[in-house]
Amino acid sequence: MHAPAVDCHGVSVRFLSERRTVTALEDVSFSVQPGGFTSLLGPSGCGKSTLLRVVADLIAPSEGQISVLGLSPEEARKDRSLGFVFQDAALLPWRTALQNVELPLEVGGRRSLPTGAATPRELLALVGLAGWENSYPHELSGGMRQRVAIARALLGGPRLLLMDEPFGALDEITRDRLNEELRRIWAETGATILFVTHSVYEAVFLADQVLVLAANPGRVAAVETIDLPRDRDLLIRDTAAFVAIAARMRTHLGKGTH
Amino acid sequence: MTAIPETSLIATSREQSIRSAEDAFREEQRRRRIRGRVLPVIGIASLIGLWAALVYVLKVPPFVAPSPQLVAFTLVDRWGVLMTNLLPTAIEAISGFLLGNLAAILIATAFVHKKSLEQAFFPVVVLLNTIPVVAKAPILVLLLGNGMEPKIAIAALICFFPTLVNMVRGLESVNPQQLELMRVLSASKSETFFKLRLPNAVPYLFSALKIAASTAVIGAIVGEWIGSNTGIGALIIQSTYNFDSAMLYATVIVGSAFSVMFFLTITLIERLVVRWQPANLH
Ligand SMILES: Nc1ncnc2c1ncn2[C@@H]1O[C@H](COP(=O)(O)OP(=O)(O)OP(=O)(O)O)[C@@H](O)[C@H]1O
Ligand SMILES: [Mg+2]
Repeated sequence: MHAPAVDCHGVSVRFLSERRTVTALEDVSFSVQPGGFTSLLGPSGCGKSTLLRVVADLIAPSEGQISVLGLSPEEARKDRSLGFVFQDAALLPWRTALQNVELPLEVGGRRSLPTGAATPRELLALVGLAGWENSYPHELSGGMRQRVAIARALLGGPRLLLMDEPFGALDEITRDRLNEELRRIWAETGATILFVTHSVYEAVFLADQVLVLAANPGRVAAVETIDLPRDRDLLIRDTAAFVAIAARMRTHLGKGTH
Repeated sequence: MTAIPETSLIATSREQSIRSAEDAFREEQRRRRIRGRVLPVIGIASLIGLWAALVYVLKVPPFVAPSPQLVAFTLVDRWGVLMTNLLPTAIEAISGFLLGNLAAILIATAFVHKKSLEQAFFPVVVLLNTIPVVAKAPILVLLLGNGMEPKIAIAALICFFPTLVNMVRGLESVNPQQLELMRVLSASKSETFFKLRLPNAVPYLFSALKIAASTAVIGAIVGEWIGSNTGIGALIIQSTYNFDSAMLYATVIVGSAFSVMFFLTITLIERLVVRWQPANLH
């Protein structure tokens, strides 16, 4: 048996401020299998980004244990086995698309990226941006910028890819296309993916496991394994099986708000 | 069979319309460029015309205000004197500019690295900045003597503050997600500085440098008003005492022309360096 790629046990996160204490996450436990695709689904403010940040060692949990790829989050981060895609692409505007993808090669000091994986150019081609290498971020559309961010996160062949609503700001048409591309990339790279979204369709279509979070305080409302064929296209969303799963997710979400 | 020529006909006519639109666009751009150059010249020419007319109509005596013709004549006639006096002013302004901005950049870096330094010394800097140049100048002349040093110091001081403020802002106003990205990539503090904070500050730096380019010249000239017998500032004082208004105007024109050239040089460098679109400047 493989050790889980992410294993959370009773994780709580509290933000202290002068005015009040916000409990962003309370007693969250879940695990993600290696090579799995897990969606984090929940309403705004339920702590999805916070949970992803805990996994990436950007915030320390107030309570609970967490292991990432069998290591502590800090060790996993310093091993450079994580890729992170932020909610707003977070490209550096003074770098071209290619230079943005190359950034991970230039930082990190002695802990260099594992070699042998795809080159920056190949990754841009993988996300469908061949020919756009020398464009600056302001010359790209929102969806293209997000794809550059994905290519950057894929550099070095991360074993765990954390994605925080990468398509949240996009229109439905672009989002659908990128969802299909992401499934393809996942199949090609074999990475484990933890994907945050507040769209039920996106969560179910992409993942083989959905973690539904409820708000105030952020906690796990349900964990569900998605029993759909591994080979999917967007048409699957019209099948009875898909519709039934989506309906169940919505019930979980509904319960969470009360 | 008839469908094929028809569609190709449509295609060529569309190509033609695109091409003519492109041509019209290029023509419009060209016209706009020419207008951008011609209109300022018309503005300056009409100002000089108005000046000449006023001096002529009101019969202003030459020791009060010269006619433009007289100023032009003086510019040519005493070109040598003007240039020998521009040289020290230019050296002072450029040295002060380099010194003041370099100090500002280094101190801003230190402030961003060590927050407590900023908290301790930023108020001091603000306090010093409230002293007007004309008050700082005599103090520095007393401290540094009569040579170029006090003028350079004044020019440097005058450049220092805007650059410091802008540079601190540029280094600090980094998008938090970009900072998190650097952490995910295990970037060191210095890597984060050179790859993220410094490039982020460049557009802020240039907007300060453009201000500094003209104020450095002002600083050098003000410095020369007190205890100096060469330089544009000294020449201004001398020609005022001699009621040599034509020489005064010629000197001022030379000083401003230098200032403008300095400013344009910085703008040119900015255009070469900042090729991206700054995200959230001002
Ligand atoms: N740095 C912080 N300081 C204080 N409170 C925070 C901080 N980050 C998040 N919170 C709080 O934690 C809660 C969860 O925030 P989080 O960003 O994780 O939500 P989210 O599920 O990602 O929401 P969204 O879908 O809108 O992005 C919110 O109530 C927020 O106010
Ligand atoms: Mg979020």
